[in-house]
Amino acid sequence: MPGDVLVMGAVAYDPKVVTIWAGFRAWLADAGLPFDFVLYSNYERQVEDLVAGSLDAAWNSPLAWVRAERLAAARGRRVRSAVMRDTDQDLTSVVVVRADSGIGAVAELSGRTVGTGAVDSPQATLLPLSFLRGQGLDTADVTVRRFDVGVGLHGDHVGGERDAARALMAGEVDAACMIDGNHLLFTQEGVLPAGATRVLAQTPVFDHCTMAIVDTAPPGLADRFVELLLSMSYGDPVVRPLLDLEGLRQWRVGRTSGFGPLSTAVDESGFYGPDGSVLALGYRP
Amino acid sequence: MRGDDPALGVHLRAWCRSEGHGFGVDPDGGYDVVRGDAEQLRWAGAERAGDPSPQGVVRRPPAHWGLAARGALVEAGGPAPGFDIADRDVVWADLAPRLYAHAAAAQWDPATAVDWTIPEPLTDEVEAAVVQVMTYLVENEQAALVIPARLLARVHPHFREVLQLLAVQAADEARHMEVFTRRALMTGGQLGTSSAGGRESLNSLLNEADFSLASFLLSVLGEGSFLSLLGFLDEHAPDPVTRQVTRLARVDEARHVAFGVAHLEHEGALDPTLRGRLRAAIERRHDALVDTAGLNADVFDSLVVLAAGEWTPEAIARGHAAVQRLHATMDDGRRQRLHRLGFPDDEATELSALHTRNFM
Repeated sequence: MPGDVLVMGAVAYDPKVVTIWAGFRAWLADAGLPFDFVLYSNYERQVEDLVAGSLDAAWNSPLAWVRAERLAAARGRRVRSAVMRDTDQDLTSVVVVRADSGIGAVAELSGRTVGTGAVDSPQATLLPLSFLRGQGLDTADVTVRRFDVGVGLHGDHVGGERDAARALMAGEVDAACMIDGNHLLFTQEGVLPAGATRVLAQTPVFDHCTMAIVDTAPPGLADRFVELLLSMSYGDPVVRPLLDLEGLRQWRVGRTSGFGPLSTAVDESGFYGPDGSVLALGYRP
Repeated sequence: MRGDDPALGVHLRAWCRSEGHGFGVDPDGGYDVVRGDAEQLRWAGAERAGDPSPQGVVRRPPAHWGLAARGALVEAGGPAPGFDIADRDVVWADLAPRLYAHAAAAQWDPATAVDWTIPEPLTDEVEAAVVQVMTYLVENEQAALVIPARLLARVHPHFREVLQLLAVQAADEARHMEVFTRRALMTGGQLGTSSAGGRESLNSLLNEADFSLASFLLSVLGEGSFLSLLGFLDEHAPDPVTRQVTRLARVDEARHVAFGVAHLEHEGALDPTLRGRLRAAIERRHDALVDTAGLNADVFDSLVVLAAGEWTPEAIARGHAAVQRLHATMDDGRRQRLHRLGFPDDEATELSALHTRNFM
């Protein structure tokens, strides 16, 4: 019966998503919460179903959060950012150049080629390009080369950022945009050999994924869901492997304070309209 | 934290986030890292898997200790592999660590431990007898390899020394298979016969799933009888190669028997029902084999010829008598070992007589 079970959507950006949420479902059931999840192939349909009330909660990318908030408002509904991973708070992205490139300032990117992640990647496309604009760079004078891997997954697939990093080392682009953790990862992998790149610029902090809960969700179940997620301890050997897979040490109370820069970037680039409609040209999840 | 890598701040922030540590830019330069509690939480429910020494073996190691080294600090959670032989009183013998050390030190190389030359060719009859006996030995060694190897994969790794001992036992049998095969093929390149009854007898060993009973039937009774057989072959070997390979194998087999007896003594002292189960295992096997032919007649004949040394009526009579004595020696040995396991003399005699006619 609808309303008897809390239903959450999750995007299957990787096969491990099944392991993670099937594991959490069993853990939540043991704790007495009737919970189920539905897998989506992309965030756009998940967000639409959330706002339509087919879902009670959606494990959203930051971009999906921005759209959910807009769609909900346009339809007289509300969504809340209920819970986030500790690893979703205070991230930064970097713009990287080759160490020997001679590019010493953001302004010097004018007339050059900048590699980004997929069209819908918050951390490797929307946020860094907005940040560069904010630094006074006219992006009309920059050639943006997008690496569209996993379009519809809102940058969850690391492939676009890795391809941009490879293109940087191959001399195909003059700069590449990526999240701070991936600069470390690509350095460790050797995609970006140690000492071969220089961080030209770093964005201010922003937030990443959040559990969006719509106001049509059964309030008791929704609150219990949030409460149980927040109670998960890394000291619990049953849940620890799932937290490791999902990439967190603890859940934190959700917030919206870290989504401002992305909302600005979405408006600047015309990715979504104020009502949450998809405006981005050529974006087909 | 301070450093001169220009990307230090970028990488440190990302690393702290992924590891659950706090991160901040220090107003006085450098960065502040606040240690998170994730690592402490990870090990909060950890436990020691016993103690590394043999004295640290626990009675029933839990399944989730799995492949962790005995004595290691084991993180809670993780897989619980199905090592079903997980009771100290079933597998352990205080002698196991010492026997393993001895076994490891006593490994020999078939290529160098044996002088593979036969000074003078044997008569055709005697050579054929050697080939037949070697063929039989290989078949039995193969059973003696498969059984500990199967058991080994079921024993909880907490009983490390037992695994090591069973592994070396399997390696011993592998060498025996090699040297017996090599001796058989030194002259004609053909092997002897393998009878259905002999294989039936060995098959009944493979079917014994219980660790103690399998070890009893194989090591105590079977390999115990083989000690006498290999001694007989050493004594009557018609050539130096046959003598060397049977002598080397006999030393290894003595170790296998010693472990079997030791761990059953250990178990019998703790479990008064053990002797009843051992008896039932002998009877069950006897009943299963009662309608089979037992020892391959070709093997029996070959033992007679080997002990005879030549193809004359007088020598054959001597050989036959020697084989009868071999049977008596095997019976003596079995009765002594049954006695050590606590069977009274009359019962030991009765049970020894029920042992397979195929020796192993």
